[in-house]
Amino acid sequence: MTEENQRRVVSVIVINEASVLSRITDLFSGRGYNITSLTVAPIPESKYSRLTIVTAGSVRVIEQITKQLHKLIPVLRVYEHEDMVEKEMAMIKLPISENLSDINTLCEAYNGKIVNAGENTIIAMVADEPKRIDNFLKAIKRYNPKEIVRSGAVALER
Amino acid sequence: MQISGAQMVIEAFIAEGVDTVFGYPGGAIMNVYDEIYKQDKFEHILNRHEQASVHAAEGYSKASGKVGVAMITSGPGFTNAVTGLADAYMDSIPLVVISGQVPMSLIGTDAFQEIDAVGISRSCTKHNYLVTDAKDLPRILKEAFYIARSGRPGPVHVDIPKDVTAQIAEFDYEIELDLETYKPHTKGNPRQIKKAIEAIAKAKRPLFYLGGGIINANAAYEVREFVQKTGIPAVETFMARGVLSHDDELLIGMLGMHGSYASNMAMSETDLVIGLGVRFDDRVTGKLSEFAKNADVIHVDIDPASISKLVNADYPIVGDVKNVVADMLEQVGKIDSENYESWRETIINFNELHPLTFHEDTDRIKPQWVVKRVGELLGDSANISTDVGQHQMWAGQFYPFTRPRQFISSSGLGTMGFGFPAAIGVKAASPEKTSINFTGDGSILMNVQELMTAVEKKIPVINIILNNNFLGMVRQWQTLFYDKRHAETDLSVQPDFVKLAEAFGGIGYRVKTKEEFDAALKDAVEKNIVAFIEVIVERMENVMPMVPSGGSLFNMMLLEKKGDK
Repeated sequence: MTEENQRRVVSVIVINEASVLSRITDLFSGRGYNITSLTVAPIPESKYSRLTIVTAGSVRVIEQITKQLHKLIPVLRVYEHEDMVEKEMAMIKLPISENLSDINTLCEAYNGKIVNAGENTIIAMVADEPKRIDNFLKAIKRYNPKEIVRSGAVALER
Repeated sequence: MQISGAQMVIEAFIAEGVDTVFGYPGGAIMNVYDEIYKQDKFEHILNRHEQASVHAAEGYSKASGKVGVAMITSGPGFTNAVTGLADAYMDSIPLVVISGQVPMSLIGTDAFQEIDAVGISRSCTKHNYLVTDAKDLPRILKEAFYIARSGRPGPVHVDIPKDVTAQIAEFDYEIELDLETYKPHTKGNPRQIKKAIEAIAKAKRPLFYLGGGIINANAAYEVREFVQKTGIPAVETFMARGVLSHDDELLIGMLGMHGSYASNMAMSETDLVIGLGVRFDDRVTGKLSEFAKNADVIHVDIDPASISKLVNADYPIVGDVKNVVADMLEQVGKIDSENYESWRETIINFNELHPLTFHEDTDRIKPQWVVKRVGELLGDSANISTDVGQHQMWAGQFYPFTRPRQFISSSGLGTMGFGFPAAIGVKAASPEKTSINFTGDGSILMNVQELMTAVEKKIPVINIILNNNFLGMVRQWQTLFYDKRHAETDLSVQPDFVKLAEAFGGIGYRVKTKEEFDAALKDAVEKNIVAFIEVIVERMENVMPMVPSGGSLFNMMLLEKKGDK
């Protein structure tokens, strides 16, 4: 059980300074850990940024990841999430010739809607739990999406 | 005061009490060298290669306990220094390494002697900085020294563009550091310490597993007291040689790949490992699933990431080992040394069964004899550096170490070429002791240019070259595991080491007998100039015992007993 690879979400608060992101990503690549997704943005009105890293590994690997992250000098805090609210956003570009009301209804089921319409394509967005985004992207396939972009997950401990 | 970035570097060194800087000038660092020229507060030692500068700073730091300082230029100056940074990182040696960089306006343009230095050093330093404005320099330099020496020590690299060293800004070194994100945990948790003491009191076959962290923490004398009062036997890692004196009855010896039979058997039989300042390196543990299989583990270390990284700790204690051992000593009364009497006898039996020794059964001198002989002749009066290979293991096994910081070697990275420059740094830090470098005919050529440094600065390092005309350790593996196919390890074609030393202005000896060796060593100590003593030793000698890579500690290849043949 403990040796199995588990999906884990880790949030890291770091000083928002030059090369801090490469310190984090170098640590993952140098020690052979995986990054499934990574989001980063400054925390408003502070000198810090918050990273949300989705990774996978055994209990021991995850423990090492959090400890090694802590060791980096500009890292203030590392949260290994247990009980969290997790959201991800996705944008999808679709041909305008598809059934727009069906698409809109599908998006609404995943906290989204059509957000842009052009000459030949529309862009829809959804925001939901990563697992539900997976489901949404399966469902939207029948409408012939041309491009899909996922934001990577963000999370807050409850 | 308003001064240039280059002057700030000098002022910071003076404020930090730096008395020796090792380095090599070049274009991007010239402004700082100009200020070095003008000052007389510290000495600059010009090595003949940047790698040697960093190794010398490491040797200086390991012998003195102070932060070692090296200075190099951009581009190739920096890349030459990378091996030294990596070496210091692996062995937790506090260094501040300053490198020049091309001017800010040229960064990113593939300028002459430009390389992304902080990009390269990121993975082999504790921390690094690219200074973009001289006004940040006082804070960065002060942080660099603090980060290097605090917590788990390590090298810090500061990359300074040439225009920043010329820029004038305010210098105030009295600033309070505000490192909100860096607060090393130095005090051990009292509840965990209490539990650990109770575990020791209950154990039947406890064993101290002593590591290099004890030396870094200046905790050897506290540990000696703790060992003495508990009566618990101890093994040392290669990094920890000298924590206990060689004549301490409770010291079993060195454990690991080339550890003694008794040490490795004790580790395999113990029911409680008391790990102090250790990190369960693969060269120590052998096969992890068989390591101390029946034991609980107490693990004291300053670095939380070292704890339960490889071996699960039942009693994890994060803290400075000096503080933790001092706290443990307060409760030492709960431990009854009588309880371990039969355990101590078991270990004596292990030692009698397969003592650490060697056979003098050939005409040529045995390399182990040389190490022992230097120990008999110089003992405590020498500091011992080594390069990497067979000679290094023999030095670890057979030298009679009496004190911490006596033994300086490249342990984690295993850098051939470390020994000679390190021994120069050791001598600079500790001039009253003879500085010996045990080296091999392979390793010595990897930083042989340091003869010039030692001659110019009158640093009388004695290099004892155990010459077996082989890259001996690789040859040993080839003999044992590659069916004697000695690929590219036969070093029969060699320089004349005596003439080589003399060409630089040093002194050289070639010895083939024990009498010649004694005479050469005596003469070299008296002459007080840099020396090569080339000892022609038995070619095919192997380092024994040996735990084959990935094997269990208790499955050692042992020295054949006399009469077995």
